[in-house]
Amino acid sequence: MAPITFPTTIDQTTELLRSGGYVSDRALATSLYLALAMKRPLFLEGEAGVGKTEIAKVLSSTLQRDLIRLQCYEGLDVSSAVYEWNYPRQIMAIRLVEASGKSTDAAQQIYSEQYLIKRPLLQALEKHDSGPPVLLIDELDRTDEPFEAFLLEVLSDFQVTIPELGTVKAEQPPIVIITSNRTREIHDALKRRCLYHWVDYPNADRERAILAAKAPDVGASLGAQVVSFVQMLRGMELFKPPGIAETIDWAMALKTLNARELDPATVDATLGVVLKYQDDIVRVRGDVAAKGVVSAKKAAE
Amino acid sequence: MTSTIPNNIMHFARILRRAGLPIGPGKVIAALQALPLINITSKDDVYWTLHALFVNRHAQSELFKLAFDRFWRSPDHVNDDLSLIDQAQKQRGDHDPQILPRRISEAFAELDSTHPRIIENESSPDENMIEAVASWSASEKLRSQDFETMSAAEMSEAKKLMAALRLPIPTVCTRRYAAAAKGQRIDLRATLRSSLATGDLVYLKRRAPTERHPPLVVLCDISGSMAAYAHMLLHFLHSITNDRNRVHVFLFGTRLTNVTRELKHRDPDVALARVGSTVQDWSGGTRIGEALGQFNHLWSRRVLGQGAVTLLITDGLDRDGGAGLAMETKRLQRSSRRLIWLNPLLRYAGFEPKSAGIRAMLPHVDEFRTVHNLDSLATLVSALSKVSSARREFAAVAA
Repeated sequence: MAPITFPTTIDQTTELLRSGGYVSDRALATSLYLALAMKRPLFLEGEAGVGKTEIAKVLSSTLQRDLIRLQCYEGLDVSSAVYEWNYPRQIMAIRLVEASGKSTDAAQQIYSEQYLIKRPLLQALEKHDSGPPVLLIDELDRTDEPFEAFLLEVLSDFQVTIPELGTVKAEQPPIVIITSNRTREIHDALKRRCLYHWVDYPNADRERAILAAKAPDVGASLGAQVVSFVQMLRGMELFKPPGIAETIDWAMALKTLNARELDPATVDATLGVVLKYQDDIVRVRGDVAAKGVVSAKKAAE
Repeated sequence: MTSTIPNNIMHFARILRRAGLPIGPGKVIAALQALPLINITSKDDVYWTLHALFVNRHAQSELFKLAFDRFWRSPDHVNDDLSLIDQAQKQRGDHDPQILPRRISEAFAELDSTHPRIIENESSPDENMIEAVASWSASEKLRSQDFETMSAAEMSEAKKLMAALRLPIPTVCTRRYAAAAKGQRIDLRATLRSSLATGDLVYLKRRAPTERHPPLVVLCDISGSMAAYAHMLLHFLHSITNDRNRVHVFLFGTRLTNVTRELKHRDPDVALARVGSTVQDWSGGTRIGEALGQFNHLWSRRVLGQGAVTLLITDGLDRDGGAGLAMETKRLQRSSRRLIWLNPLLRYAGFEPKSAGIRAMLPHVDEFRTVHNLDSLATLVSALSKVSSARREFAAVAA
């Protein structure tokens, strides 16, 4: 099966994302289109829950490519991100050579590809039947600087050097999406190799469209009220403003409770779905929520 | 592509570069490759294309927008703006004429001096620490004096002491391993590799987790009541910032300023001059609650994410009478591995935490230390080295 070709204009990129249920703005579509056309990694930064990871998933499903995900964490090292030698098999091979009494070069044998365990980064450089895969390097800010430095080789030349085996280079570079929640600054050397995009909270129109695409069961009027209430919360300088993921969760939660529209009691009871810090909940619960409900209803009409 | 476009892009890149965006030739080439891929008659598309390539921090977006709008209106007029940017940079003072000659004359003076000089070495922090303490005991008189009443000569001596000081913050275990003779884990890769050389005998190679310093975030009060210490503290902050990775420094009076980049300059006087021109609210009032609130809102998740130790340097005298302070301090404490409060007010023997600000903050800090003379900066060092002592031991003081 021939791989689905990349979009050739920004409009087509928007359309592609939309076909996967992702409503993007022009800025994001431009960055993504360029990343695909120029074969460069796309670096997405933004608050938690604004749909950074989702982009990679949507790309992989709409372009019908494999999705290879590397979830970053502190202490992530080469043996869990790139490759590891299969030590039990290597030891077994050495024993077999010894037992057979043949004098072969054990070193050459046990450091061949069949003893190599491939981890996500190496998998992404391999040839895939459906075309170059989507490589998602998720939450890069969770790793430490040494791993970032290692990524430089992978991202600029799409190759990995294994000392015992040589350099593995991708015939066709994978589609690389890197996300960061900005819990620390990523080094400029890495960012320089990528296209940068700051994923912001959506405006009300786009958020309504996202909600309609992601939670079609939620009625239009409840959806509009939820969106304008959440938009009000984002303007409040809370410790953690709700992301789009929270909006969708909240709308689903209200739907599950069979709510047809917002009312102060239900809002108070379900605030924990939208706000994840006790200070924020205390601030909003009661008067603020009640006023918010009134204005959200007015705005949604 | 018409031939004027490459020139325009290069021109535009130069403008951004002067405005402080890190744009190398690689990015310009990438931009020239990108433009044929899009419809360059659409201003929006060109904007976001160049944005994706030239911007790599969210904070640069605003600057980029201004530059782009300006450039698109009339590329020629931008030259006027460039000269303005130039002037602004000169005013910020890369080479402040007053600073360097003084330092040079000091350097000559030092040659004549018979006093033993403090040797700065780059080895382990503990050794430096001993050295710093040792040089303090040699200058007894200086130690017992307050910064407020020091003469210029004593100031410069103290400055040198501070420059020799290295903060030994205890390291924390990482999840990364390194070869270690007596490590807990067996390093299979190294074991197998070495077994190829030795043949029949297999020596087990071991590895152990590595350790590193936790990040340090310093929030330092520079309001009027702290003015006497500000200069000295800044020298102190400068030496920590250059001593290790992952130090973030914020100054606050009525508002919060991140001065980490300014302090990164190796030369303390240049770094301080830069800080001096960046920070706008020297020796003014204090709004501790608001400053902490701003920090919690804008920075806490960006710089405290990796288990940072927070050092708060303030006298706790708050113009707003402690409004919102308890809540913000509590939030700060919850986001930090450890919140250490350093208070210079305690120099008076009969100190009692009476001010509303102090009473609001005390219950929420993990450690409470004093800083009123050099002796207390040694206390600060020990305060920072000790991560395991009981939380909120001073909570009782406020009650």
